Amino acid sequence: MSTLEKAKPAVKGKQQPLRKVTDLFGDASDRARDWWGVQTGVVRWSVYLALIVAALFLPHAGIGSFMSPHSDWQSILFYPIGGYILLAIGLNVVVGQAGLLDLGYVAFFAVGGYTMAVLGKIWGWNFWEIIAVGIVLAALSGILLGAPTLRLRGDYLAIVTLGFGEIIRISATNTDSIGGPNGIAGIPHPPNVTDWAVPANGLTEALDLDGLKPFTYGALDTRPYYYLLVGAIVLTIVLAKRLEHSRVGRAWAAIREDEDAAELMGVPTFKFKLASFAIGAAFGGLAGVLYGSQATSIIPEDFPFILSATILAAVVLGGSGNIPGVMLGAFLIAWIPERVRGVEEYRVMVFGAALVIMMALRPEGILPSRQRKAELAEGSGGMGAMGAEVGGPGGSDVEIEVKK
Amino acid sequence: MLDNFLNQFWPSTVDGLALGSIYALIALGYTMVYGVLRLINFAHSEIFMIGTFTSLAVVGAFGFSEIGGIALVGVVLLLALAGGLASGASAVALEYLAYRPLRKRGAGRLAALISAIGASLFLQQLFARVLIPWWFDVPQEKGALPVQGHFVVREDVFAIGDFVVRNDKLIIFLAAILMMVALDQFVTRTKLGRGIRATAQDPETSVLMGVNIDRIVTATFAIGGAMAGAAAALYFMRFEETNYFVGFLLGIKAFTAAVLGGIGNLRGALVGGLTLGLIEMYGSAFFGSEWKDVVAFSVLVLVLMFRPTGILGESLQQARV
Repeated sequence: MSTLEKAKPAVKGKQQPLRKVTDLFGDASDRARDWWGVQTGVVRWSVYLALIVAALFLPHAGIGSFMSPHSDWQSILFYPIGGYILLAIGLNVVVGQAGLLDLGYVAFFAVGGYTMAVLGKIWGWNFWEIIAVGIVLAALSGILLGAPTLRLRGDYLAIVTLGFGEIIRISATNTDSIGGPNGIAGIPHPPNVTDWAVPANGLTEALDLDGLKPFTYGALDTRPYYYLLVGAIVLTIVLAKRLEHSRVGRAWAAIREDEDAAELMGVPTFKFKLASFAIGAAFGGLAGVLYGSQATSIIPEDFPFILSATILAAVVLGGSGNIPGVMLGAFLIAWIPERVRGVEEYRVMVFGAALVIMMALRPEGILPSRQRKAELAEGSGGMGAMGAEVGGPGGSDVEIEVKK
Repeated sequence: MLDNFLNQFWPSTVDGLALGSIYALIALGYTMVYGVLRLINFAHSEIFMIGTFTSLAVVGAFGFSEIGGIALVGVVLLLALAGGLASGASAVALEYLAYRPLRKRGAGRLAALISAIGASLFLQQLFARVLIPWWFDVPQEKGALPVQGHFVVREDVFAIGDFVVRNDKLIIFLAAILMMVALDQFVTRTKLGRGIRATAQDPETSVLMGVNIDRIVTATFAIGGAMAGAAAALYFMRFEETNYFVGFLLGIKAFTAAVLGGIGNLRGALVGGLTLGLIEMYGSAFFGSEWKDVVAFSVLVLVLMFRPTGILGESLQQARV
């Protein structure tokens, strides 16, 4: 016991300077959340509205010149930034809410993309019809994957989903009728809703919106696609939020915290796990359809394993289970590599190191959900704890408490 | 399809066992770390990659070429020792830098997994962007790094009908079995091995019983890394090339093998590795080599549906060692 007492302050002291910064940030985000918690509906709705309006003005060239001096801001705003955010919200349903580790999420993105490509190019369907089909197909593939595998626990599920992601990608590479390794090119753009253009005057010029045709989907201007994506993101946020506070969301939370206990309390865990897979997959499929319609060509290599890992990193980095956090994480993960293109060569290396450092400093994510943070303080991360309950001599708060 | 499969049956078996042996040795690292920490050590594939580059360096430094016969065994032993040292040391460093801080803070496993993915990316890029260009004076984007000429003379050791066994494949298989038996004995009979098993079974109780968890974790990473380094030496002897991306697919396959056999279980790693190697080669003979990964993953899903904890069942401590 005396070794414990001696070792403890040493460990604390070593981490102090780095911790100070993250703690400060944590306090600030806590205070923001406290403020938010007591606001009335009117304030909340005006904040939502302000955020949406801000999102609409985001493609402004002035913002772009600061945010991404090395690449075209308007197109990276659509993909990767917007695309990652939509995918992260979808994956958050599976990982953050239901607590299922999915390492093959990109498969659903691929299903959506290929649905768009095949139905649009080969069958000549209309984009708006394909969106519905793509979402349904992705959800079905989620059920198809989930039905046999969701009886597995934790890491078995992780490896099976990883395998599924690879199966989808390799099968697409090997199937000549959908282009094999060359994929499908010449995917049609969505049909124009109207050709209405923003009138050019002083105000719209200042906002960099003059001459914009927000509902005309061409090859050059990515802004209409971006607006479409913003709409999709808003829709999925509303849906995810509603689900979180419903019976389904509570069942997911119960499964995430303790599956056995949930089952004993009468939660049909298998059914709800399947639902989370299907809903997460549907969001991924939606992202895929949108991506395909803008990119005009997709190849199997657009959907590598590393994309699944990246989206998962976005979810965990942002704070799994908390939608604003997840969106922030996705934004950072998509944006930082574009911003530092100046040091092109080393950006993935820096990204990898940043992940390690971020996790060491704030393992609960940048903006964790309250619940997750409380769990972490208890010493168990909710999804099991990597031997953390023990931590070894001098490492764990639990032992110190026992000693007292 | 079937004809091709029957024609290729014996060669596929030999190739499958050789490939499976390498999977099994890499799988050991995943399975031991998982058994002790319940962590998928994603960066283990890069530990393997470091081993292959160590082999490349040793072969270059000694100027080995056209080695065959019994001398090959000695050279492989040297490569395996060097690779084992380098990989083992890197694995320990990785644990110290990337996982220990998280463990001390009681972070969730998901955070550790992300840290592992980050470390994996970092190591890959470190080799791709910094070390390889510096070492070889060429910007190496991806691609292989061939050795000049061959350093191994490949000869048939024996043949029974179609069952032709070449020297390199025989060495791989025997070395893997030997190392597995040695490790099995180590975990069963030594004090450190008992500590590893105790920690895998119940970390809290083992701390109370006087097990130093940090030491056990370090030892686990060192052993797992050393096995990956040895596997890397065998891999390098077989293919004589490497690149910074070499660990990625092998790592995923090895992890699949570990799960297939029953993760956390040492013998499961061997069974899973050999099974996966055979399935891949048979699948490749049957459906064509472009489908071999699909076959491998499909079999994994099927096995897990009927035996949810793998062929031999999970956990280091229950593998009646």
